[in-house]
Amino acid sequence: MKTLFDCKKACKVKVLKLNAATELKQRLISFGIMKEAEIEVLEHAPAKKTIEIKVGKMRIALRDQEAELIEVEKL
Amino acid sequence: MIDTIDVDAKSCPVIANHIKVALVGQPNVGKSMLINSVSNAHLHVGNFSGVTVDKTEVLFDYKDYHFTVVDLPGTYAFTDYTIEERVTHDYLCAEEYDIIINVADSTNLEKNLQLTSELLTMSKKVVIALNMSDEAEKEGISVDADYMSELIGVECIKVSAVTKLGIEELIDAVIRNYENDKHESKLIFSEPVEEEIAQIIWYLDKHKYEAKNSYRNIAINLLKNNQKTYARLHDNPIWTELQPILIEASKHIELHHNSDDIKEAFAEEYASFNRGVVTGVVKQKKQLQQKTLTEKIDNVLIHPILGIPIFLFFMWGLFQLTFEVGAVPMEYIDAFFGWFGDAVGATIPNDDVRSLVVDGLIAGVGAVVLFVPNIIILFIGIALLESTGYMSRVAFLLDGFFHKFGLHGQSFIPLVTGFGCSIPAYMSARILKNDRDRLLTLFIIGFMSCGARLPVYVLFAGAFFSPEMAGNVLFVIYISGAILGLIAAKILKLTAFKGADEPFVMEMPKYRLPSIKLMWHTVLTKTMMYLKKAGTFIAAASMLIWFLSNYPKNLILEDEYSVKIEQALSTEEKVHFQNSLATDLLEQSYLGSIGKFSEPIFAPLGFDWKMSVALQTGLAAKEVVVSTLGVLYALGEDVDEENNSLINAISKNISFPSAIAFIVVIMIYLPCLAASIVFTREAGGIKYFFYLLFFTSVAAYSMAFIAYNITKMLV
Repeated sequence: MKTLFDCKKACKVKVLKLNAATELKQRLISFGIMKEAEIEVLEHAPAKKTIEIKVGKMRIALRDQEAELIEVEKL
Repeated sequence: MIDTIDVDAKSCPVIANHIKVALVGQPNVGKSMLINSVSNAHLHVGNFSGVTVDKTEVLFDYKDYHFTVVDLPGTYAFTDYTIEERVTHDYLCAEEYDIIINVADSTNLEKNLQLTSELLTMSKKVVIALNMSDEAEKEGISVDADYMSELIGVECIKVSAVTKLGIEELIDAVIRNYENDKHESKLIFSEPVEEEIAQIIWYLDKHKYEAKNSYRNIAINLLKNNQKTYARLHDNPIWTELQPILIEASKHIELHHNSDDIKEAFAEEYASFNRGVVTGVVKQKKQLQQKTLTEKIDNVLIHPILGIPIFLFFMWGLFQLTFEVGAVPMEYIDAFFGWFGDAVGATIPNDDVRSLVVDGLIAGVGAVVLFVPNIIILFIGIALLESTGYMSRVAFLLDGFFHKFGLHGQSFIPLVTGFGCSIPAYMSARILKNDRDRLLTLFIIGFMSCGARLPVYVLFAGAFFSPEMAGNVLFVIYISGAILGLIAAKILKLTAFKGADEPFVMEMPKYRLPSIKLMWHTVLTKTMMYLKKAGTFIAAASMLIWFLSNYPKNLILEDEYSVKIEQALSTEEKVHFQNSLATDLLEQSYLGSIGKFSEPIFAPLGFDWKMSVALQTGLAAKEVVVSTLGVLYALGEDVDEENNSLINAISKNISFPSAIAFIVVIMIYLPCLAASIVFTREAGGIKYFFYLLFFTSVAAYSMAFIAYNITKMLV
């Protein structure tokens, strides 16, 4: 199982599943992170604590813990 | 009676034609800016979520109508995730209003439509403002607004808050929709969902269920598990029959979406409708695979290695500017108040009244007004940080670091605001969803030295360090305050606020050039607030301190000295007696008694009674610390930190270790009265105020004690 956390910079992936609890899942969905959505990894913060991704035209920052909850496959 | 009606009629000639508009949109779509260009209102527009923390009402007239526009906090979807989202959702569901203006960012329509599609399922009139259409054109995006109106069954108007394009058309559309009957939007779900909706509508229709909202709206709400709709129907007899239908319907939809979460299923429904709309109406010119400006800037500013040093450099630059540039106009302001005091004093014959006005009122207010240049520079810096979008980048960079201390990356936003003033900082902590995280941040905000504490630092830095060093000293004071805050956060997180962390999911908005007009508005409003405080609260406090330091009168002492002064042989001796009279009088005044009484408490920190008093008056407002010190040390001379006599008095009378300890106390102890009130409100109870009082007092006292003794050993 590959998660968003495992992706390197400039990697493009498709979301397969959100393993987050209801509340966080709603939050992710409201940011456009949902099944079938295409994500590009833009940048890692120092020590990979936070990552910056691009969904559609929106740039979003996520913490490593949250990125691990997003199952993806490489495009 | 008749008079009042007349007045009303004059100010409000067409009472009947009143339109109440709810302005809704996702964060960073330019809602507040749109209101600004519609009504020229003085609103603050920010580029990160959390600027419009409360709903703001704006009133204006157009054609035959009175408009009340309620600007609601930005919300991504109806998820009630943050307090702001709850404010918006509750307002839209429960309050009375006529029409919704949904502001959408034309450059990112698909994401914005997520909120729009949820709005469309409410049975309310909606007009969509496609904002930033000028920017979209520049990016080669064309939106067919007419076709979009047709597709979703709601009027869509292209506007630009910046160039004021389409603003009138938008208001005209609002009036048109207000005057006409509402028609259902054309939001369509997938076949399985539509089947279930039809089924529920048929059932409600069969039982002639009475409701204000349309059956379709109720059906959708039921399928989406909307709790309020459930609660309403739950008490109705038809519920027993409706429930099995709903259970079946949910299963059907969940099966179709291959998910056990009905909300996720609906999100996907909305998303596919939105994709359809966007495919139909948005034409994107083929762009070269070129990096956007934002991406280029981000490559540098959030660089894994360079990012944090660059940020620290910006902050250092800001404090240097605050000190260096701020010092220039101070001389003039100082000279003005000196002249003004003399000029006014010359017109007052009565000694006591003159002293009250010149030494109390003018000196006290002057000391505070003197810092307006510093405050303006600091506010400009913070406004720039907010409005360019850099604030979110810093949150991104610092989250890993903050997280170690139990804070959230987004805590950074209220914390930086705290450098300006604690009050908006406490309010902007609402962007944190988790109550524990929010409380923790609220407790730490006080460690970020606010603008009002700047005068004390400027005064002490000037008294103990060379002018070239003063800027650096300021920077060190602010940074060490912040570091102490982080340590305090860690301690609190390990003790009082144990628990799971809030997830960190945050939008990184596009970089924007700050609009001069908005910056001007923001800085002007904040500066005026500061000046207003100087004119009211500080003026009153200065007079009170003047009174406390001049009374009770001691005539025996005065007589004794006047004899001595008369008999004095040289002018030098005369001055000596005058000064010791003033000192003796001050010591037996009310303020002197208070200071003497509390002196033993502060003695281990090396404070004399004057410093003790200044700290206590500082509880009312931090600006008062300087004016108190001024009154007490310079004895009614012109008082302000740039005034050499006060700087001299301080460097003469206060030892270096005591000064360090004093700065430490100012850094940590309880924020001013107004901020404490806001803190109590935001934290949600008076008990938190007592926690804060206890926490800050203990921390301030012990840290100052350590600082005092260490400095004493070193010096």
